Amino acid sequence: MTIASERIATPAVERRFSPEWLGQGFSKALLHVAVIGITLVWIVPTLGLLVSSFRPVSEFANSGWWTALSPPFKFTLDNYSGVLSSSNLGQSFFNSFMITIPATVIPVTIAAFAAYAFSWMKFWGRDIFFLALVGLLAVPLQATFVPILKFFVQVGLTPEHVGFVGLWLVHTGYGLPFAIYLLANFFRALPTDLFESAEIDGAGTLTVFFRIVLPLSVPAIASLVIFQFLWIWNDYLVALVYVGSTPEVAPLTVTLANLVGSLSQGYQLLTAAAFFSMIVPLIVFFSLQRYFVRGILAGSVKG
Amino acid sequence: MDLSQLLADVPTLVAVIVGVPVVLAGYIVGGEYLVRLLPDKSRPSVRPWIWVGPALAFVGFFLVYPVLGTAYKSFFDNQDNFVGLSNYAGQLGGFPSGGAWIAIRNNLYWLILFTLLVLIFGLMFAVLTDRVPYESPVKSLIFMPMAISFVALAVIWKFMYSYQPPGEPQTGTINAILGSLHQAPKIWIQDPNVANQALIVAGVWGFVGFAMVILSAALKGIPGDLLEAARVDGAGELTIFRRVIFPLMMPTIVVVGTTLVIFALKAFDIVYVMTNGNYDTDVLANRMFQLLKVGNNGPASAVAIILVAAVIPVLIFNLRQFRAVEARR
Repeated sequence: MTIASERIATPAVERRFSPEWLGQGFSKALLHVAVIGITLVWIVPTLGLLVSSFRPVSEFANSGWWTALSPPFKFTLDNYSGVLSSSNLGQSFFNSFMITIPATVIPVTIAAFAAYAFSWMKFWGRDIFFLALVGLLAVPLQATFVPILKFFVQVGLTPEHVGFVGLWLVHTGYGLPFAIYLLANFFRALPTDLFESAEIDGAGTLTVFFRIVLPLSVPAIASLVIFQFLWIWNDYLVALVYVGSTPEVAPLTVTLANLVGSLSQGYQLLTAAAFFSMIVPLIVFFSLQRYFVRGILAGSVKG
Repeated sequence: MDLSQLLADVPTLVAVIVGVPVVLAGYIVGGEYLVRLLPDKSRPSVRPWIWVGPALAFVGFFLVYPVLGTAYKSFFDNQDNFVGLSNYAGQLGGFPSGGAWIAIRNNLYWLILFTLLVLIFGLMFAVLTDRVPYESPVKSLIFMPMAISFVALAVIWKFMYSYQPPGEPQTGTINAILGSLHQAPKIWIQDPNVANQALIVAGVWGFVGFAMVILSAALKGIPGDLLEAARVDGAGELTIFRRVIFPLMMPTIVVVGTTLVIFALKAFDIVYVMTNGNYDTDVLANRMFQLLKVGNNGPASAVAIILVAAVIPVLIFNLRQFRAVEARR
């Protein structure tokens, strides 16, 4: 009671020490603790892997990775050199690029033309076809493996004969529904006047596409490219099914998964291999995060 | 890498650097050439098909046709004899632990536990990070697992769960924490009682960032004066969340939820790499792959079609959602 009456008398001074102020300060502090705590919990798994990958074998088996964070510091690159020389990670790194680049470029190019047609041209069945694409977004890829594999073997589209060509084609088919969906949503939002004035100037459709639509769509295309790139780079199942785990053709994910099985005694090498496989996606992610997030938003939040 | 392997890589490199661009440029130039051959009047009716044709052909050939082919194949045995529904009977008979039932049960676990946990954590993190000035670095650290492969994610978590017999120093983070709380270490992913939950936790860790990013964007879309008005009316922060923020975010939560449900139904990499479906952790996608690996194509097709059937309600929901948005355009 006394506190309350005093507060009425000298509100300005009393406010700084009031229970509400304390309460607010406390909940603010609690908020910071919660957010920082969550973030720490979230980075511990990755941090553990990263730290472990630089620890010597002798330390690795006898103590947890966190002991390496206090002196004496004993870090080494042995795990990296060890796993790079004893497994085919180098070749896999090359393979991952050779698979990912065409499997990104081909679908994005084809999707750009198709998305433009879906957005700004009239043709029979346009809306039905687009609806079908939206439906296909959810189809499990597992339901396509048996017939495609059979066909590839029949016509010789196997890794022994044509390298990664079969995989590029498959990834193109699998990636197109999302790619077209994302780009068409963007293209449709472009103002109609743009096309009308270009037509009055006598510009052909191809010119409008290359000179007006594409330059305006750089953000959307960048999102899509990053999305598709990461999706293919990180893909495991599709690569495993169509090119298998032969060392000459296996991408990083497949080689890494093989190491999980074969390196049960050399876990320190596995941590180095895992981090090695994460380098490219992490660089792409941290340098182009803005576009990646935009792609995720455009792909999920409809309307 | 020896020299012969390097030489073997040359054709691939040439195909990627020269072949692919040439083919794509050929398609663009060739298509335009074909259109130009036509009289002016018929161009607008032909051009769309040249632009949309390759996409429809790819999707038709690599998605539509093979799904139908798989459905057809699911009625035949491996020697291509018609066997009616017996592939399905093989998978769906023997309830509750025979055939595919363990996998179906685990997919249900994933469906419920994974989806709910990701949504709850995603929403919580979106709301919490929205109130601190260092929001963006925190969000990108939580989002980071989305950028790496599920195989790498599985390695990270195998390492988190690693186990040493009691008495020896625990090198796995989780067992070490248990140890510091004077609890006995657990074998986690090899213990059928907790293995599923352990795998799902790994999946949740990977996906919360995804949910958080989308939900956070939706949260920022809620007009500030709306919240201000509620505060002026004397509503507490919790009430505002329950009565204002949550209902307004519901459509986005549903969209994120459908994406998560689809992922939960198709879950494969994490299970395949961490347990290979052992210790009662099998899921439909893994079962399908194991059957495919040994050339057991009939039953593999049946499992794939069961998976398709499970996705169909989500697919129909997606289409409805899409049409509703189209109608508002």
